[in-house]
Amino acid sequence: MLKQTEGSKAVAEAVALCRPEVICAYPISPQTHIVEALGEMVKSGSLTPCEFINVESEFAAMSVAIGASAAGARSYTATASQGLLFMAEAVYNASGLGLPIVMTVANRAIGAPINIWNDHSDSLSQRDSGWMQLFAETNQEALDLHIQAFRLAEELSMPIMVCMDGFILTHAFERVDMPSQEQVDSYLPRFEPRQVLDPAEPVSIGAMVGPEAFMEVRYLAHAKQMQALERIPQLSAQFKEIFGRDSGGLVRTYSTEDAETIIIAMGSVLGTIKDTVDEMRAEGHKIGVLGIISYRPFPLEQVKAALINCRRFVVLEKSLAVGMGGIVATDVRMAVTGTGLKGYTAIAGLGGRPITKASLHQLFRQAEQDELPPVTFLDLDWDAVNKQLERERKTRRSGPAAENILHDKGLVSAKFG
Amino acid sequence: MFQIRVHGRGGQGVVTAAEMLSVAAFEEGRHAQAFPSFGSERTGAPVVAFCRISGREIRLREPIMEPDAIIVQDPTLLSQIDVFAGMKADGYVLLNSRHSFETLGLADLLKDRNAARFCTLPATELGLKHVGRPIPNVPLLAGFAALSGTIQLDSVIKAINEKFSGKVALGNIAAAEEAYLLVLAKMKEIADA
Repeated sequence: MLKQTEGSKAVAEAVALCRPEVICAYPISPQTHIVEALGEMVKSGSLTPCEFINVESEFAAMSVAIGASAAGARSYTATASQGLLFMAEAVYNASGLGLPIVMTVANRAIGAPINIWNDHSDSLSQRDSGWMQLFAETNQEALDLHIQAFRLAEELSMPIMVCMDGFILTHAFERVDMPSQEQVDSYLPRFEPRQVLDPAEPVSIGAMVGPEAFMEVRYLAHAKQMQALERIPQLSAQFKEIFGRDSGGLVRTYSTEDAETIIIAMGSVLGTIKDTVDEMRAEGHKIGVLGIISYRPFPLEQVKAALINCRRFVVLEKSLAVGMGGIVATDVRMAVTGTGLKGYTAIAGLGGRPITKASLHQLFRQAEQDELPPVTFLDLDWDAVNKQLERERKTRRSGPAAENILHDKGLVSAKFG
Repeated sequence: MFQIRVHGRGGQGVVTAAEMLSVAAFEEGRHAQAFPSFGSERTGAPVVAFCRISGREIRLREPIMEPDAIIVQDPTLLSQIDVFAGMKADGYVLLNSRHSFETLGLADLLKDRNAARFCTLPATELGLKHVGRPIPNVPLLAGFAALSGTIQLDSVIKAINEKFSGKVALGNIAAAEEAYLLVLAKMKEIADA
């Protein structure tokens, strides 16, 4: 059914259609509306049987999800930013134990400086945790990916983060097609756990594993993700059969057929990029887009196949590997090793800085002329940066950098736009 | 694509206004995208929300920097921030005030522009009268429907019924209907002048 609703509410409804049995969460912006909506559904009895557990922290949220999943319950939680960092130890345990928990990450920057706005630093910081990470481009895709995520997670008995841009998607009202319970039931079978804490057949979960077996257990996590590379496109195709739309998959190309320049990105910024590319296409530019939906597992082969005929690519990412450059860009470069393709990295939108069509036009034109440095910081205020660097050169006690830059920019506190 | 920017203060229903506008457009079978300015909203602090309306899917995710229409829910913002920044030459402005643009010292704003696209509306008063609360957002939406013709009053009423129920819905509908007629009358005055 078509409806105009908030991204968070749409995701909450989709999660409810997946019949979760335990939901545990600790509120943190911009994820809060999702679990609030689910909490209301459990309280009103519209989502039943399901237990909603209020916990005292994100660490507890993931710990409860681990316990619930090990007891055989379909388990869900959501978090963002420092919340994800606070639960990090348990995040690794969930994947290490092979428990198919689904977690929404409403992507948000990591402090300091404290910042509630969107970028991809939080989920990317858990890149190597063993969790799969799927990135939604729209609210429709966010809700669809949750349905696919429960199926994939439970098939492989591995956890998945469904990543959606905080505020930009979570707080946006837009049109979504909400599936029916029948559709979801026909796509998502009952949860049949591979391992379960069952008094009738007692097992222990979470053994200490020494050097003689640790590598094998760890390798299995990798093997699961390699299986996911095969299953994700299949599950997306099956999803289309039942729900009638393309959602998910590993990667998605747009106007790439004869493209000399291809822009690579994840999440909602793909929309702005596509609009920019359409305008440039209308002017005769040979430019296209490659959206990465599955960040983990990373589809090396599909990325290479999409890029092989272009002349150059730009990875535009909302994340920064401090001291190195791009995070996603590193993986993309790995995918095209040996092809001789020219690649650029653009770090953009950190801490919620708007990524505008005007800036993208300029960036993409510079790329076409091969005038970009290897790493570009889109719309960085160099005056502000240089002023602070100069201050540090001149004065030993130059003071706190964030406060200095706010002061230089004439701001008393963070402001949008 | 038609782009609307709503300015107001925390507590005035700025974000709700943009969301309801998107629901009204959706009710007309159109695509709409509403989103807040993502600030740490506090009561009384300046708040901005955005709404895009289009006949096709909206992919753009940047804030609205060149609006086709601006709705100002609180006239005291005018001395604090440039609410008209980036406004298109043929843009619409609907301002919550009992006073005219001239009385508010905004005559310059109308210079070289189409006066038929500018209107003030005593929306706080309408909110107090019909809902018992000084919340100007719903009357302004109805006023915007009258001013721009971009959405129908019926669609605004549908959005009200989706958001509110019972007495609050009825009060808001009464406020919307009066606001709509007030703006229509003002527009006729300008056209006849």
